[in-house]
Amino acid sequence: MNKRYSRLPSKPMMYHYQPFKRLHIDWILLFGLLCLTSLGFIVLYSASDQNSHLLVRQIIRLVIAFGIMLAIAQISPDKLKRWSIWIYTIGLIMLILVLLFGTIGKGAQRWLNLGFFRFQPSEIMKVAVPMMVAAYLSKHSLPPNLKQLFISLLIIIVPTLLIAKQPDLGTALLTAVAGIFVLLLSGVSWRLIIGLTSSVIAFIPIAWTYLLHDYQRQRVLTLLNPESDPLHTGYHIIQSKIAIGSGGFTGKGWLEGTQSHLQFLPERSTDFIFAVYAEEFGLMGAVLLLLIYLFIILRGLYIATQGQESYSRLLAGSLILTFFIYIFINIGMVNGILPVVGVPLPLISYGGTSMVTLMATFGMVMSIYTHRKLLAN
Amino acid sequence: MFNQQTFKDHSREKHIFNNRILLAGAIIILLLIVLVVRLYYLQIDQHQHFTTLSQNNRLGIKPIPPTRGLIFDRKGTLLADNLPTYTLEIIPEQVENLDQTLKNLSQLIQIRDKDIKNFHRLLKEKRHFEGVPLRFRLNDDEVAKISVNRHNLPGVEIQARLMRSYPLGESTAHVLGYVGRINKKELQKIDNANYKGTNHIGKLGIERTYEKYLHGKVGYQEVETNVRGRTLRVIKQIPPSPGKNLYLTIDIALQQTAMQAFGNEKGALVAIDPNTGQVLSLVSMPTFDPNLFVNGINYDNYNHLNNSPDRPLFNRALLGRYPPGSTVKPFYALAGLELGEITTEETVYCPGWFSISGYSHKYRDWKKWGHGHTSLAKSIIESCDVYYYRLAQRLGIDRMHKFMTGFGFGLLTNIDLIGERRSLMPSREWKRKTMQQSWYPGETLIAGIGQGYMLVTPIQLASSTATLANKGVRLQSHILYATQTQDNENLILLKQKALQKTPVHLEYWRKVIKAMEDVVHSARGTARRIGKDIQYHIAGKTGTAQVFGIGQEAEYKEKETPKHLRDHALFIAFAPADNPHIAVAVIVENGGHGGSIAAPIAGKVIKQYLKDNSINE
Repeated sequence: MNKRYSRLPSKPMMYHYQPFKRLHIDWILLFGLLCLTSLGFIVLYSASDQNSHLLVRQIIRLVIAFGIMLAIAQISPDKLKRWSIWIYTIGLIMLILVLLFGTIGKGAQRWLNLGFFRFQPSEIMKVAVPMMVAAYLSKHSLPPNLKQLFISLLIIIVPTLLIAKQPDLGTALLTAVAGIFVLLLSGVSWRLIIGLTSSVIAFIPIAWTYLLHDYQRQRVLTLLNPESDPLHTGYHIIQSKIAIGSGGFTGKGWLEGTQSHLQFLPERSTDFIFAVYAEEFGLMGAVLLLLIYLFIILRGLYIATQGQESYSRLLAGSLILTFFIYIFINIGMVNGILPVVGVPLPLISYGGTSMVTLMATFGMVMSIYTHRKLLAN
Repeated sequence: MFNQQTFKDHSREKHIFNNRILLAGAIIILLLIVLVVRLYYLQIDQHQHFTTLSQNNRLGIKPIPPTRGLIFDRKGTLLADNLPTYTLEIIPEQVENLDQTLKNLSQLIQIRDKDIKNFHRLLKEKRHFEGVPLRFRLNDDEVAKISVNRHNLPGVEIQARLMRSYPLGESTAHVLGYVGRINKKELQKIDNANYKGTNHIGKLGIERTYEKYLHGKVGYQEVETNVRGRTLRVIKQIPPSPGKNLYLTIDIALQQTAMQAFGNEKGALVAIDPNTGQVLSLVSMPTFDPNLFVNGINYDNYNHLNNSPDRPLFNRALLGRYPPGSTVKPFYALAGLELGEITTEETVYCPGWFSISGYSHKYRDWKKWGHGHTSLAKSIIESCDVYYYRLAQRLGIDRMHKFMTGFGFGLLTNIDLIGERRSLMPSREWKRKTMQQSWYPGETLIAGIGQGYMLVTPIQLASSTATLANKGVRLQSHILYATQTQDNENLILLKQKALQKTPVHLEYWRKVIKAMEDVVHSARGTARRIGKDIQYHIAGKTGTAQVFGIGQEAEYKEKETPKHLRDHALFIAFAPADNPHIAVAVIVENGGHGGSIAAPIAGKVIKQYLKDNSINE
């Protein structure tokens, strides 16, 4: 023990030595995340028809994602702030590259192939946009004036359009939302918010005719009337509602969900995993899951209010609100109250990319909390 | 003062922020309550309704793959058919122990390691409830064995599927291409929904070019299944719409005549109707049996085809690039006349060689002692090189390039077959771009006899010949003749499309075409042996393309040169000369002289076609 720490005290220490503090982990947030991911593995095991290979792959991904979270938690918010513009610029360049050279998967051009691995630059943008907006706004005194507001909107809109062009409407909207949350938290006056919102609503008919792809329009139409297309998207929603509804209060029990196992509940280990869960664990289980999510969100929001600099506060706040939006869109979609837009259920759905991004954001949140300098006391 | 200002701001910022976070927290809780209310509605309020649905609902969706369109030749001969075959499929969801099942199956029927490997690959790509094919083309005996043991093999199904078959096999391979199993790369490009239940996709040729016509649209069955997933009852059905039938411009009898005419020679022949641009015949020799590829060719067969020095898989008609040799001379003659660099009357003395003043290099004629005084007509009939060295020097490469491009040299024909290679008509600009070098005068001369950088593909040469026959009007060459939907017998014909017209004085056309007739029909013509016994006239031009260079003073002796280094033989022709109905380009690899090897092949094709269609005058 002594030998291991012997190198440390040479640095002058500002506060008194706590071994775990140096890990920059927020244990309360970590506890919530662990509860959530453990529950996720239980559901995934059932949703994947007890496919242990798939489960192991997911566990490996999670370990990597936790590693990335830990690593990012070590970076101080000051550094994050300084790096924001570079991360944003690199992300923007990669988005352009993806449009020029990207590989096409499932009808959209999202992947950048670097030879040894492929990744989606749009995932980086989900974090880079709020970072950039927060970094920009925190340079000036808040709330932002009209000019700063418009520059921030520009920062948001450029990558959003690039992602929408891939076309990946879901990610584009979520990226925009993350940036807009920063603006809302920065204290933009309500009058302006209302004004902008109404002009966006006025913009919807234009977007409908010119920006949306056929399949995206189809999705919205199917949502409004799922029975109109029982073979494809409508079928997803109908089956998912049957699965959830037949779960009842207590659910059918783990691995016992008939709808999810015998029937063709589609995408059941990815986007529609909530239906599997709600069928097997019932309303009780669903509420438990929502409470775990709420716990994480509330802790995150608390951390945001404790940020010492406006950059930290804005970033943490917007990241946590975006996290909530994922949850709401996914569960809303599976329940049939929102369109099927292909957003995974955070930290539960099978898949690596979004998990890594999410854990990276939690790493930032932890960094913001654990890097505070205890000056006042 | 300043510090205080920022401090004040800071606390105000924090205040606003905290208020907004509080508001956000409230909205979040509200929205979560909305979700809980919705869940309550679904799971408690409507629980009974959904439970009933879930118990009655053993509904599944099964894709019904569409029937692939048939392919016929221009006279209605069937070229690509769908034959019923039995396929062994496994539905992973219904199998308890996959390895055990595979083991049990291999005791009943022959399953090779390759089948299992392929199966595992497909397994990853399909959903759990979709059948994954393990063996194709089961024979009756194997079907019986599986059927008897079916109760022991849950999740194993025998599907009667339609399998592509090419009854005329080798004759159509280079035109039709073939279908094969969908691979991973293709899977990413296609509309997955429309290919549910389909295992094959066009890989090459017409099958690939017109995949979207041939495939059709997938149908669906809403079925009720038992607990194991077997279909009990079909509730609703949306039938698939089958792919379109295609009629090709190819005349398969003519195609076979051409193949026979090649014998054991390698090469390519393309015949085009100059009035329409329809490709009547497209031959690349040697060829292969496309049926081998439909279910994945086995390793030995593929190796044999792929490593054969004769390269049967290589479509020479589209991809082979050859120096055109003397076949370009009629085109240059037209250029010279139209641009005023030669007249029909003047003669050029040919001593057997030509040189640029100031240079010692001798550009030699194929006839060592020369042709003597040579007129335009004689230059074509006897194929004098010196005449064209001089003409090329006068035209210059830029004008040559421009004129020849009008006939399609150096361009893609954009024929409706995938994978065509571009031919090459050199120019100063091209050389500067690709080689970063300036153009040398000697290269113009070499281009003047169709050697050097100049390269043609058989399809392009045929298209250019058709343009010549058509007096400068270049039409789009195509192979698709008409389409036909399954529910409407009427053929939808493809429209012909003119691409470009090169204006040349009518008198010049007459002179050049007359000279080309004399190539075949006069006593000194280089292709005189095919001109006998016919009432109409064929206009033609022979060509010989060097495969390797010979030294300045050395002599080329055909008999002593190994076969694979011998010259390529070329021949272009159209007939009847005064009212052309067919234009042909033939290339025989290492065939020696155009007149002796290539011309007879073209002759047989022309005579057959004109006889079959009773066009003789």
